[in-house]
Amino acid sequence: MAILETRALEKHFGRIPAVNGIDLTSEDGELLAILGPSGSGKSTLMRMVAGLEEPSSGDILVDNESIVGVPPKRRNVAMVFQNFALYPHMSVRENIRFPLVARKVPEAEQQQKIDWVTGILEIENLLERRPTRLSGGQMQRVALARALVRDPELFVFDEPLSSLDAQIRSQARGELRELHDRTRITTLYVTHDQLEALGLADRVAVIHEGRIHQLGTPRELYENPGNLFVAGFIGDPPMNLIDLGDTILGARPEHLLEADSVSQEEIAVDLDVEIEHLEFLGAEWLIYGAVRGGVPEGDRAPRVIGRLRQAEPPGFGTGERRRFVIRQSNARYFDPQSGERTNGPGVAAA
Amino acid sequence: MHRNVRKSGFYFAVVGLVLFSILPILYAVITVFKKQSELFDAGANPFIYERGPTIEHLLFLFTDTKYPLFLWNSLVIGVCVVAITVLLAVPAAYALARLTGRWGESSGMAIFLVYLVPPSLLFLPLFRIVVDLNLTNTIWSLVLVLPTATVPFCTWLLLGFFRSVPRELDEAALIDGCSRFQAFRKVVLPQALPGIGACVVFAFSLSLANYIYSVTFISESASRNLSAGVPMELIRGDVYFWPSLMAATAIVAIPLGIAYGLLFDYLVRGFQSAEAKA
Repeated sequence: MAILETRALEKHFGRIPAVNGIDLTSEDGELLAILGPSGSGKSTLMRMVAGLEEPSSGDILVDNESIVGVPPKRRNVAMVFQNFALYPHMSVRENIRFPLVARKVPEAEQQQKIDWVTGILEIENLLERRPTRLSGGQMQRVALARALVRDPELFVFDEPLSSLDAQIRSQARGELRELHDRTRITTLYVTHDQLEALGLADRVAVIHEGRIHQLGTPRELYENPGNLFVAGFIGDPPMNLIDLGDTILGARPEHLLEADSVSQEEIAVDLDVEIEHLEFLGAEWLIYGAVRGGVPEGDRAPRVIGRLRQAEPPGFGTGERRRFVIRQSNARYFDPQSGERTNGPGVAAA
Repeated sequence: MHRNVRKSGFYFAVVGLVLFSILPILYAVITVFKKQSELFDAGANPFIYERGPTIEHLLFLFTDTKYPLFLWNSLVIGVCVVAITVLLAVPAAYALARLTGRWGESSGMAIFLVYLVPPSLLFLPLFRIVVDLNLTNTIWSLVLVLPTATVPFCTWLLLGFFRSVPRELDEAALIDGCSRFQAFRKVVLPQALPGIGACVVFAFSLSLANYIYSVTFISESASRNLSAGVPMELIRGDVYFWPSLMAATAIVAIPLGIAYGLLFDYLVRGFQSAEAKA
């Protein structure tokens, strides 16, 4: 268990900044997800923590001790790679033993640790196999075992689920969380998949263009996005962002309500929406529409997406006009210039 | 029925091809044991012994010529060239394979171009160097000069093998507690062993086959290797010692041919991956 901290961390490749001043502090034993689109700098951040890249400036600390300049072999950081990076010429047992041998763990202790870790991950029956003869899920367990076997104080996961089939991904996600709850090793979990980040992590740092845009629990990010980027990135489909001239109103698709269900004094904005397209997703319907009235006139009609949590078809069809409203309590406001969250029209953020 | 016809047609073609490629070697081996009188009888069947076989030509080769010495010299040269080649080409190829950016990408092709400069162009300036180093008439001149051809070629060949090893494997080893060198030796090198095997065979056969350097750098017959010594010793004026010549070459060619056959897949794989990424 350990606390990871980065201070004003920067990494430039030539003149291109990949990580552009990141201050981040984990809690002890936390599963902290780093969520961002590709090219956001999340992998570079992770590689600096693992010791595979040297920072251009700034500091990385584990339990208040700087690890900048310490080679990876002397950091107690274990990493699980996206493609698992199992050694193809070694059996599963030799793969798991490898970090113990490299770190000169006494032989008697090696066996004990291998038994322990293979028990946790339920891979005892795979030990003599070669990695090429494993399924994706099995490879992931072996990669986890190899990382876990040496008692790291820090785990770094690089999109560990992205090379798994979609069917087993949610199961693997559950197992990862279970493993973390058992071991309580501070974990940095890098992903571009918000479902993984929101579903797994204690807290999520949203990173974009080398900067952290928001750090918070999954609920905080979803309910109170700190700026326009986070609002447009988190959620599927993302928040509706409606330009009201002096402010931008954000509302989740499920908060787009039919007008007759909401009393007048609760309404933040009242939209005249032309239904363009309906999508049936099993447990819900997605409603795609163009706003024809209720907002300041613009060059193009703003598009909104609504979510109807029911399997039955909605009481309207494509081409119809409907009134949709957003409750005051569900509306979020952003400054059009800075993109930062504000308390409402004309009110500065508290 | 139809399948059987196709199958036998296939095997017929295979047998034909094998006979076609093996015929020269077969001819050579048969010739080794022919009596001199039968050999020069134009009416005799070249593939059977009408007057019985003999080993006198083999005895002549090993007792009355310097062939055993040539064999030994070639072996020493070959082993030294292979050792130098592997020691230089393996780290060079690994370093280049992990070098990113413009330089790393084009360096593979640049190195290969060095190999394409023909020896007939190089032997004059290289002769100057060999003389200055006092290595003329010694096998060490070849040990020094032959790697100029084998090192670039093998570096290029190995480059493809090392590039096919994912970088994440090196990094996983570093994180698991290895130094850079340990990561290379324990994790990367084992994946490239077929490529190194191909390099060994290639460097060795190139050192055997080189003729121009052997003839120009060494004029003393005790220091000659096979490629220069055999024609000098077994072709005297216009007299060709055919059976002994055949024996001298077959003894070297057959084991080498078998080694090539066994490593053929790796050689092709090396060429393919090197070409694809050069």
